[in-house]
Amino acid sequence: MNLQIDLNIVWFILIGALFAGYAILDGFDLGVGALHLLAKKDIDRRIFLNSIGPVWDGNEVWLVTGGGALFAAFPHVYATVFSGFYTAFILLLFTLIFRAVAIEFRSKKESPKWRNAWDIAFSISSILIAFLMGVALGNIIIGIPLDKEKEFIGSFWQLLNPYALLVGITTVALFMMHGAIYLAMKTEGELQAKVRGWINNTIIFFVIMYVSTTMVTLIFYPHMVENIKKYPIFFIIALLNMLAIANIPREIHRGKDFNAFLSSCSSILALLTLFAIGIFPNLVISNPNLENSITIYNGASSPKTLEIMLIMAIIGIPFVVAYTTAIYWIFRGKTKLNELSY
Amino acid sequence: MDHEFLSRLQFAITVGFHYIYPPMSIGLGVVLIIMEGLYLKTKNKMYENLTKFWVKIFALTFALGVASGIVMEFQFGTNWATYSRFVGDVFGSPLAAEGIFAFFLESGFLAILVFGWDKVKPITHFISTIMVALGAHFSAIWIVVANSWMQTPAGYHIVERNGFVRAEITDFWAMVFNPSSMDRLSHVIFGCWLTGAFFVISVSAYYILKNKFIEEGKIGLKIGLAIALVASLAQLITGHSSAKGVAENQPAKLAAMEAHFEKLAPADLYLFGWVDEQNQKVNFGVKIPGLLSWLIYGDTKAEVKGLNAFPEDERPPINIVFQSYHIMIAIGMLLILISSISFLLMYLNKLFNLKAWLYLLVFSVVLPHLANQFGWIAAEVGRQPWIVYGLLKTKDALSKAVDATQVGISLFLFTAIYLMLFFLFLYLLDKKIKQGPTLVENIESEYQKQKELFKG
Repeated sequence: MNLQIDLNIVWFILIGALFAGYAILDGFDLGVGALHLLAKKDIDRRIFLNSIGPVWDGNEVWLVTGGGALFAAFPHVYATVFSGFYTAFILLLFTLIFRAVAIEFRSKKESPKWRNAWDIAFSISSILIAFLMGVALGNIIIGIPLDKEKEFIGSFWQLLNPYALLVGITTVALFMMHGAIYLAMKTEGELQAKVRGWINNTIIFFVIMYVSTTMVTLIFYPHMVENIKKYPIFFIIALLNMLAIANIPREIHRGKDFNAFLSSCSSILALLTLFAIGIFPNLVISNPNLENSITIYNGASSPKTLEIMLIMAIIGIPFVVAYTTAIYWIFRGKTKLNELSY
Repeated sequence: MDHEFLSRLQFAITVGFHYIYPPMSIGLGVVLIIMEGLYLKTKNKMYENLTKFWVKIFALTFALGVASGIVMEFQFGTNWATYSRFVGDVFGSPLAAEGIFAFFLESGFLAILVFGWDKVKPITHFISTIMVALGAHFSAIWIVVANSWMQTPAGYHIVERNGFVRAEITDFWAMVFNPSSMDRLSHVIFGCWLTGAFFVISVSAYYILKNKFIEEGKIGLKIGLAIALVASLAQLITGHSSAKGVAENQPAKLAAMEAHFEKLAPADLYLFGWVDEQNQKVNFGVKIPGLLSWLIYGDTKAEVKGLNAFPEDERPPINIVFQSYHIMIAIGMLLILISSISFLLMYLNKLFNLKAWLYLLVFSVVLPHLANQFGWIAAEVGRQPWIVYGLLKTKDALSKAVDATQVGISLFLFTAIYLMLFFLFLYLLDKKIKQGPTLVENIESEYQKQKELFKG
């Protein structure tokens, strides 16, 4: 039997899956961070922190592994994007460090001043991380200027264009909604009632941003829907996305927070899938000079490496899925504070 | 200052800072397995307190390791894009493997280790501890494999693809088991064990000196010293084996480590000295004639390649490599001395009463750290001017889309933030150590106090 598999497409999907896993998992803890300052009492803030306490660094591992896999499978993308977005990435790294440290250090001292300062650091860095990732996605959609050597030849400031900022804000809104739903699952009583109120507002915020971004994309960056025009079957994903979003307020109303959470996970997955279909087979679109774009073929590692990596993924992924599920199962239910909490 | 220098300095500072934490986590992982294993076996409450205490310290070092480690994962792309394009096909897979096989394991089970005491059965918790320690060791394996490939590349060929000349894998296992990887891996792992062991030794000695948590201190000292003795002696073997590998695979580095200039001649071993690179001599040096030849070839008259055997633009900086290599070895010897004398004192039942010696143990915590840092400086600077030995020079590996100003700014910011983090780390560590392995009842009342403080 000779099954001809296009390894480059397989890795396009696998890398997409890693980043989607990252967005779904770190998405809710970034969202919790974005909402953190809305809780005023120390005990509420600690419940927020501890709701993500056991899982946030595991969630971040998806980003690190995604970065490593990108390096291995598509080294040109890794090299071009990270050096091209230098200042933006350094900023992202700083915010990631600050956030990790804020979570870790915040409750280590009893002084309200100390805690308040770290609370602010935690919240602002969470928002900034989500925002910067959205800005990066926005710029990939527009395309960035590349030369023949695949080097970025633009400037930092052009990365902060209105469309990229719009996608940035949409990402923040999406994660806020996602985080609020997660918090509804993790809190109880008065705090939960408060959180439920936020969910409605975040849904409205997200839907407004999502609709605006979609409209702007359709008008100014129609290349993002060309693949869907070619293969209309993919339109189902856009439909499913709408249904998932519409399902969120319904499930929240029925008190089924977990179903609402699954819906918002699906929505994130659908959005990223639409993004991936939109840019395929490019990974980094060059604008202008489309011929300099990095595709899943000219930016990839050798077939041999892609094959080795696929074997690794086949061995590794079942383990990752198994213990990720186990951890989430063990820490299911409402968040309670004890002497080992943050 | 130029782009290359700034990028190298930034990498050195970020990786040097990062490397404070993983060795502690790896070493403490081993300590935790022993402590919790003893708890499960004896059901003695004291071991539980001790384990819980060191888990908290572990969590703190782990958090800083993760925070500083993310930078490392992305810095190849931000600052060394040309390098990334050249080696991605080979070098990327161990990094990805580290993510899939090590990081997920480590961070997943860490959740149970820190937060899961009352959520899972004791045996499940113990298994989680083992998994976290295993994950930390896996991480070391893949990262040392990747770095060793840069020292002694194997299992690749150079081809042109899509207009880029680059290295591609031909044999994955030859890449993993490249000539230097196993020697260097064992040397790194024992270095980590020493770091963790002396950390525990230091804190335990402090408790005995302060007359607090004496029982915990004594147990900590015993466990720490046992690991330290084994690991410090093992370093003699792994160190010797690594140096022989360097002689064979990277002769220019060995020549710099020992300041051996003559093209081909029997080589002496310096105990210390100051290298005058210009005049090719060693000032204030004390040397043992022929010892280097003997150590490598078992013959004091054997000829060893010196720096002059290499073109001038393929020689590493000499004095810095010489000094850091010698400092590392001196510390290694000192660690053997400290561990064995402490062991003897313990055997004679004198250790816990000898105040001066306990003070020495408290301060000995910095020694393995210094040895780690200097060892890596010798390894990395000794590879220069190459970034991948014999294949790609460091000056040709930079990011073309980035300029010196950008690197200068990020370097300044990284330095500032890392310094701040380091002092914050020390401050919290100090606080935790002073609080100590308190009895569980006390922690609860402490928690009550906190609750009242932040009422409502």
